[in-house]
Amino acid sequence: MAQTLTIRVNEQDHAVEASPDTPLLYVLSNEVQLNGPRFGCGLAQCGSCSVLADGVEIRSCVTPVSQVAGKSITTLEGLPAWYAKQKRLAQTPPMHPLQEAFIDVQAIQCGACYNGMTIKAAELLSKNPKPTEPEIRQAMNGHLCRCGTYPRILKAIQLASTKMSEAKL
Amino acid sequence: MTAIDSDLSRRGLLKAGGALLVGFSFAGALPRATSAAAAAARGDAAGPPNPMQVDSWLAIHADNTATVYFGKCELGQGNVTALLQVAGEELDMDMRQLSSVRLDTNITPDQGATSASSSIHRGAPPLRAACAEARQALLNLASAKLGVQPGSLVVDKGVVSVEGQPARSVTYGALIADKQFRVALSGTAPLKPPSRYKLVGQSIPRLDIPDKAAGKYVRMQNVRVAGQIHGRVVLPRGQRAFGARAVPVSVDESSIADIPTARVIRKGDFVGVVANREWDAVKAARQLKVEWRDTPRLPNTDLHAAMRAAKTTDTIIVDTGDIGTGFRGAAHVASATYRGPYQGHLPFSPNCAIADARGEQIVVQCATQNVYGTRNEIAEVLGVAPEKVRVQYQESSGTFGRSCYDDAAQAAAIMSVATGQPVRVQFMRWDEHGWDNYGPAHLADVRAAASPDGTIVAYEYHGWQHGWTTKASVHDIVLGKSAPERPDGTTSITVNPINTGSMYRIANRRVINHAVPMEGLLRGAALRSPLDLNYGFCSEQTIDELAFAVKMDPLEFRRKNIGGQRWMDVLNAAAKAAAWTPRVAASALSNARVAKGRGLGLATHNFSYGAAVAEIEVDKDTGVIAVTRLYGALDCGLAVNPGNVENQIVGQMVQATSRALKEEILFDEHGVTSLDWNSYPVLRFAESPDVVPVVVQRLEEPSTGAGEEVMGATVAAIANAFFDATGKRMRQYPMTPARVKQALAARSASNG
Repeated sequence: MAQTLTIRVNEQDHAVEASPDTPLLYVLSNEVQLNGPRFGCGLAQCGSCSVLADGVEIRSCVTPVSQVAGKSITTLEGLPAWYAKQKRLAQTPPMHPLQEAFIDVQAIQCGACYNGMTIKAAELLSKNPKPTEPEIRQAMNGHLCRCGTYPRILKAIQLASTKMSEAKL
Repeated sequence: MTAIDSDLSRRGLLKAGGALLVGFSFAGALPRATSAAAAAARGDAAGPPNPMQVDSWLAIHADNTATVYFGKCELGQGNVTALLQVAGEELDMDMRQLSSVRLDTNITPDQGATSASSSIHRGAPPLRAACAEARQALLNLASAKLGVQPGSLVVDKGVVSVEGQPARSVTYGALIADKQFRVALSGTAPLKPPSRYKLVGQSIPRLDIPDKAAGKYVRMQNVRVAGQIHGRVVLPRGQRAFGARAVPVSVDESSIADIPTARVIRKGDFVGVVANREWDAVKAARQLKVEWRDTPRLPNTDLHAAMRAAKTTDTIIVDTGDIGTGFRGAAHVASATYRGPYQGHLPFSPNCAIADARGEQIVVQCATQNVYGTRNEIAEVLGVAPEKVRVQYQESSGTFGRSCYDDAAQAAAIMSVATGQPVRVQFMRWDEHGWDNYGPAHLADVRAAASPDGTIVAYEYHGWQHGWTTKASVHDIVLGKSAPERPDGTTSITVNPINTGSMYRIANRRVINHAVPMEGLLRGAALRSPLDLNYGFCSEQTIDELAFAVKMDPLEFRRKNIGGQRWMDVLNAAAKAAAWTPRVAASALSNARVAKGRGLGLATHNFSYGAAVAEIEVDKDTGVIAVTRLYGALDCGLAVNPGNVENQIVGQMVQATSRALKEEILFDEHGVTSLDWNSYPVLRFAESPDVVPVVVQRLEEPSTGAGEEVMGATVAAIANAFFDATGKRMRQYPMTPARVKQALAARSASNG
């Protein structure tokens, strides 16, 4: 049965009504009304629903909401602020450098995989600011795309990595 | 000549929400009294609007911006950006002055389905004509206002001025200010010549990408209607044979009694569940006990043998020269049987729809490729007039043809009518995988012959496949009968004569279609570049075999036999990008565990010209093919936005690699067993090739399709590269490790 639970999403506490076994994704979509994480498979196979939990990418479609109590969830919407905090920037930029790079190389087609791709790449660059191409391919391998945008997403991640290191961000 | 009604009904304008309406005419007398339909605000009444009226296509606002209405939808291919480029070009307006609306059967023109790479090819010309007509009308208005002949006027960014006197000017917005044009499309308005294009031909960045990147883009899955509840379809896991549908023998409604607010919705044989909370609907669909009628009928051993044994309807598609003469005494003959799989559309986000039956019209928001077709089919399922239904397009993920969008839309409509509440239906992954309308499997017997000097002298292609359904599974299930499939007409797909040898000069050529009945096999429908991957795989390997037989470089052999300059140019463009050097295929075989190879392919869809070069590595121990690099050249006539076309080439080639190496819908005699991304693997990030796209721009040629036309060539190039690497031929795809190892173990090239 539904209970009132408190989850922390994008640096804000939200009191939500859900049964504890509800996957986090449904809570983020329907209770918090976020648009970044989306249903793709419900099986943790595709990465459409990825969010960060304390900076670690997880699949919200198979993570019961009760399991994220006490954790800090970051979705696509909160990524610029998460990035600013991590880099100790005075101001939150409008977008994470990855998002700008995705625009610069016109990497997106339908954009359905984009949430997970961005979340996963942000996690990667936070741990490894200058990944090699094989490291990028390996890190991103759990995220599927149906439009065939892998080559441009790869370029976008490389571009973001370069820009971030040039700016010493 | 022109006049503007000064007695504008302000109330009417407000009601119209900006665009449209009231007493404004170029024809002299002003029909003040408008008909009830015309007086309605845009969107009040069921469409389609009259395509012969300029007002159906655009409205110019007082702030000198324009809203453009067209009937092709954004699927992630960037067509909205390109169509606005076309509109802006003819109107002489800037991109920043233009916007469009999402497709809506109460608002946008009916331009048919956004399919067959038709957005620019067939979608742009009427829009272009309407914008040219609007521009002409605006120049007439400006002529009266500025007191000079229209021929003395120039337009820049929607500002009309007297040539050489920029101070004497008036804006489009001031001239018409949200009023109707009331101008019929005469077809005589002059179109701008390509030599004066400023927007068309430019790689303008896509308008939808910034919002998609920022997470602000509203997608179908993010649409929320106040008071909505959640629905799920209840279907067997994996479709049965076509014709068997999904027939519940019993439904135990008490089996979900413990789930709050969950209840069962039935209509005909259709079963669904609704609940106030989404997770409860998911659980209810999973938990509901349904016994389905099970009549195992699918071929459980050899699909392609069943297709060959079927009672087919045979049609001669091409018959030129005399193939008997051509093959008789030919120096070299290549002959083989090829097999291709069922493959799925499987949009990355399973289909989703929201229906609201509370108003005068039943409003359904969904991700259909054809809003009017979806409207009509919903009406048929509900038993109401099409005008009672309003379909609004919301973009979801790339759908690549007829995925389950109509199923989701119909299910939502049924549930909303039944509950009297807005219902959001989200297909689960297994629903989308299991109940897709798959790209049909293919079987081909191909043979071709060459003379000793390397001239192709004869060619014969026999292709077997079944046709398509144009109805949704839910339609068939509700109405209790499967919509008939026929061997001809819109539900058929016959062998594509363009992709079966037409790119070469061949004196004696025959192409024969064997239409297999779909009954007892799987649901079929158009999947991106329908069957072209098969033709590329089968036909272009045959051509490659002839090149090998006469010991010619595959590029040189194709050049020698090429059938037209545009084919020659894409072939050369791809080869140049790949820095192709002459060498006979399989002439540098290596004993190393990992062998490298390169291959060429030519193919298209219905128009345009595609060429591909593939560079691959074959691990002979594991049987894994790695496609390392692809070069793709596409001539789609005038490329309105070459950057978009490049992006489409990249996407096509990566998707074609996935389909060449991995994708195959599997089933047993009961039904489909490929129900998720583990049981239906697709190409992954680490396996992705680098892709070099080349757009062969043709400013003076009409635009043709750019969303499908290098896929067949890509599969062909990969298959031919496999031969170059190993000296063995693959006769069946996807080219999985098991099939690769089998081919490598075969004694001769042909036994693969």
